[in-house]
Amino acid sequence: MTDLSHIDPNPGLGRITINNLTINLGSGTQSFTALQNVSMSAEPGEFVCLLGPSGCGKSTLLGALAGHLKAGSGSIQVDGQAVNGPQPERGLVFQQHTLFPWQKVIDNVAFGLKMKGVSRRERHQQARELLELVGLAGFENHYPVQLSGGMQQRVEIARVLINAPKVMLMDEPFSALDAQTRMMMQQLLLEVWERIKTSIVFITHDIDEALFLADRILVMSPRPGRIIEELRLDFARPRAAELITSEHFMQLKRHCLELLHPQATDFPLPRLNPLGDELNTETDFAN
Amino acid sequence: MTAISQAVESVVAESRMPNRLAIGRLLRRAVSLSLCILAWHFASTNHVNLGIVTFQNVPSPLEIVTEGLELLHSKKMLAHLTASMTRVFSGFLAAALVGISLGLIIGRSRFAEDVLLPPLEMLRPIPAVAWIPLAILMFPSSELSMIFITFTGALFPILLNTIHGVEGVEARLIASARSLGSGKLAIFTEVILPAAAPSIFTGLSIGMGTAWFCLVTAEMIAGQFGLGYYTWSSYTIQNYAAIVVGMLLIGGLGMASSVLVKKLGDLLMPWRVLERKKHD
Repeated sequence: MTDLSHIDPNPGLGRITINNLTINLGSGTQSFTALQNVSMSAEPGEFVCLLGPSGCGKSTLLGALAGHLKAGSGSIQVDGQAVNGPQPERGLVFQQHTLFPWQKVIDNVAFGLKMKGVSRRERHQQARELLELVGLAGFENHYPVQLSGGMQQRVEIARVLINAPKVMLMDEPFSALDAQTRMMMQQLLLEVWERIKTSIVFITHDIDEALFLADRILVMSPRPGRIIEELRLDFARPRAAELITSEHFMQLKRHCLELLHPQATDFPLPRLNPLGDELNTETDFAN
Repeated sequence: MTAISQAVESVVAESRMPNRLAIGRLLRRAVSLSLCILAWHFASTNHVNLGIVTFQNVPSPLEIVTEGLELLHSKKMLAHLTASMTRVFSGFLAAALVGISLGLIIGRSRFAEDVLLPPLEMLRPIPAVAWIPLAILMFPSSELSMIFITFTGALFPILLNTIHGVEGVEARLIASARSLGSGKLAIFTEVILPAAAPSIFTGLSIGMGTAWFCLVTAEMIAGQFGLGYYTWSSYTIQNYAAIVVGMLLIGGLGMASSVLVKKLGDLLMPWRVLERKKHD
């Protein structure tokens, strides 16, 4: 087993409180309300999934929590502190392509410690331990371009964890991966989270993923995003892949499908990202 | 995990395989080049006259080789080379310094873009030749004015590519760095600079080419040495083979310097080499 003595298994608290959050994006005539009066909370060490259709504003919510987007009105607090700009204690994992391509894997992971002024030797030591934790021992000197999509996301997770974040914010981190790799990554994430209990807010539009991972699911409506239902999941942990074929799981899945069922008059909205821009889905997946 | 490492290994193994396709392409290129030289030889030795263009006064490839060898053995060769190279590299280095610094500032700050870019855009379309009279008037020595001409040639490709590189840095990379605890200075040194580096090196490589390109222009001003001077003075004394020797030397050195810049880029950015391999 990896020695994780440097990394606090209970990093502070990580209680999230969001009250009546409204966020408007775009400017002038392009302006629209991405989120309207959203309130939610997460307990320290809780795994919360935000589930909703494309463009419902769930990534916007995550961006605001990360501190990259300003609240229009309402408040966001972590452990009673108002969120005011990005902080390493609120780690953000994007969908893909945010590793620094010019740095070797080990330097990508050690980046947060470099910013804190930790010596090279010490930060490489910790980075090596985290790489082992996410199953990438031996890939320290590879560049991101030499890794598969799944391996890159493992590096992303290690890079965020090295800062011992109170909260880990994940924006559809596995949605660009193939189904098999995705399942593997979900299990890996749960294993890691069992050992380093940070609060996780995980964005997804994949019902199976939300049901498999979360302690609690918050289902969101299409734009303007509101939370329309809260589902508490009491599946035992650790969870295994068989869970997704169990009767209870299927029941909940049907329920979620009904909640997310698109109306005949709806058209799919462009995907939003945590930085507030609308992404062109085609180009986003093309690279 | 094993499946992944196997996949990695097979990719590595593939790239080591001798590539028959590459050899075939190399051969095609060599044949094409030889055919061109053969056509030139035929046209010049037969004094072909096509009406609008005539090869009557064009020296043949053989004459040029003889002339080139002669120059190689002459004492002036080294003086010509060092004079030209000093001018080109001084102009280029100054352009790199100014172009990269200005490019980084303009690419990052809208204020700097509004203040600095309009005058630069106004100067950009002015060709090197047009600068000659003013350059002579502006600089105390002809050496400096020649360096200035090569500087103007190299500056704009470097500047514009740097701006382009800085503006193209993905917002997601900057956001990630901020979330990982980077302050303003660290964003600049750890993200903007390395992310823009490939584009900066493209600019440097093009700029190196244009610096040589402007050399002949610059050396028309004055001096007794330099490849541009050699080429131009050969024309005035009607040594036609020497003109072509000068042209080829300038072209060859320009190309070699550009390749040198590219190689330096590959050395500093090994990850770019890997990316290129992956996309091939």
